[in-house]
Amino acid sequence: MIFQDYVFYALAAILLFAGLRVITTRNPVQAALFLVLAFFTAAGIWLLLEAEFLAIVLVLVYVGAVMVLFLFVVMMLDINLDKLREGFWDYAPLAGFVGVLMALEMVMVLGSKHFGYSAPEKHGADYSNTAELGRLLYTDYVYPFEIASVVLLVAIIAAIALTLRRRAGTKHNDPAKQVRVKRADRIRMVSMPAEKDEPAEGEQK
Amino acid sequence: MMDALQQLFGPFWPVVWNLAKIVAIILPLMGAVAYLTLAERKVIGFMQVRIGPNRVGYYGLLQPLADGIKLLFKEIILPTAANKFLFLLAPILVLGPALAAWAVVPFDLNLVLADIDAGLLYILAMTSVGVYGVIIAGWASNSKYAFLGSLRSAAQIVSYEIAMGFALVGVLMAANSLNLGKIVLAQAGGFWQWYWLPLFPLFVVYFISAVAETNRAPFDVAEGESEIVAGFHVEYSGMAFAVFFLAEYANMILVATLAAVMFLGGWLSPVPFLPDGFPWLALKVAALLFLFLWFRATFPRYRYDQIMRLGWKVFIPITLVWIVVVGAMMQTPWAYLFH
Repeated sequence: MIFQDYVFYALAAILLFAGLRVITTRNPVQAALFLVLAFFTAAGIWLLLEAEFLAIVLVLVYVGAVMVLFLFVVMMLDINLDKLREGFWDYAPLAGFVGVLMALEMVMVLGSKHFGYSAPEKHGADYSNTAELGRLLYTDYVYPFEIASVVLLVAIIAAIALTLRRRAGTKHNDPAKQVRVKRADRIRMVSMPAEKDEPAEGEQK
Repeated sequence: MMDALQQLFGPFWPVVWNLAKIVAIILPLMGAVAYLTLAERKVIGFMQVRIGPNRVGYYGLLQPLADGIKLLFKEIILPTAANKFLFLLAPILVLGPALAAWAVVPFDLNLVLADIDAGLLYILAMTSVGVYGVIIAGWASNSKYAFLGSLRSAAQIVSYEIAMGFALVGVLMAANSLNLGKIVLAQAGGFWQWYWLPLFPLFVVYFISAVAETNRAPFDVAEGESEIVAGFHVEYSGMAFAVFFLAEYANMILVATLAAVMFLGGWLSPVPFLPDGFPWLALKVAALLFLFLWFRATFPRYRYDQIMRLGWKVFIPITLVWIVVVGAMMQTPWAYLFH
């Protein structure tokens, strides 16, 4: 075994452990943190597969943004685990079916050499996965890529439009208005003559 | 001597050699962090017409050492009902990424720990991981103030990361590379060739986002002394607190170095008759760090909704527009500005 194999087995062991703990730990925040660990180790394995762009983007997007928001929600919610576990046996058959399906897919991918496919060749040290991906995405697959990005954009705008509610009576302020304010809008100069402390004329003695 | 060492360690030589290089980066960095805290107190002191620390050592020069020793001997108090493991893990998770990002920072021509092609992406990934320490610290402390601070910090960092990422997209378009060393070399040719000029809006957006990402004033609502005491690290004491402090200053130095590398030509000399080299990078970083301290001494704290507005409604549109401008410019005769 070469050094990379040891690294792979170490990462794979951590990944399996983290994945198991995601579904077995009782604390939802800890489950989310184990999922973060799982993503991070998966990124390590992808690095070994020369997919450095995907690996770093996995950390950047899923660990750096998606899981932060996930953790946010999980921390704010008061999750009752017993209530969540109530429907376990109702969902078990469906979950079992999905699990078997995923196992079958993995067998097909991992055992591809039995179906006549061989593992891809290793690249040299000057191979840049990022540049290659960019070249493919923006030349050969530019239309599918653009269509996919437009679909995502539509989904983002739709999600915002669906959740945007205009409530009456909110105290939001308009920065443009704040910036345009002049002194004259806020202050009124009043000229008041000084009052003299003189006795009135009629009372003079 | 190198050969003798190489024989001594045999197959473990690459590990030992890399560890030595890492120590050679981390130790000066920690020294810089220590003296940045002193510089901050002195500079803010002068700006407020005070003297600043001047009791320990000549001119107060041993103050950081005294602070470190004091914090080291203080007790680390674990709050009741805190999650002990996560409570102690959080400071490490803040400091770790702040140090790991230095692996790809070029200090001079070919003077870099890991010369990887996806360096810029790696930096972005590492700086985005740092937020976990803050969130975990707030949650594991079992304190409302800490929790509020960590939620504010998380929302702020996630928002400003987008603007920061887009600013870096402009840099990689101009330099045609994600490798930080190549980005510096693409700016060769003196002061007017550096990217601060053609990418000026991105430079400003990047630097202000960097201030927000490091939770520094005027974006320090995560600490917000006047409202939530000290925010996410209110329950920390002794060395655990000191590690948060180290991480904050290490992050400041990191983002200042990145700004210097990507927009101010890194180790390159501003004039042709002086040689390039590491001192230029140090000078640029010091100038940018002075800006950090200046901001803290001059600006009042942003309101939370103003922070969100600035990030989402001002910075992201500016960067998007300027990326299109850069892309269009590269198709014109002015494309030489970027190479």
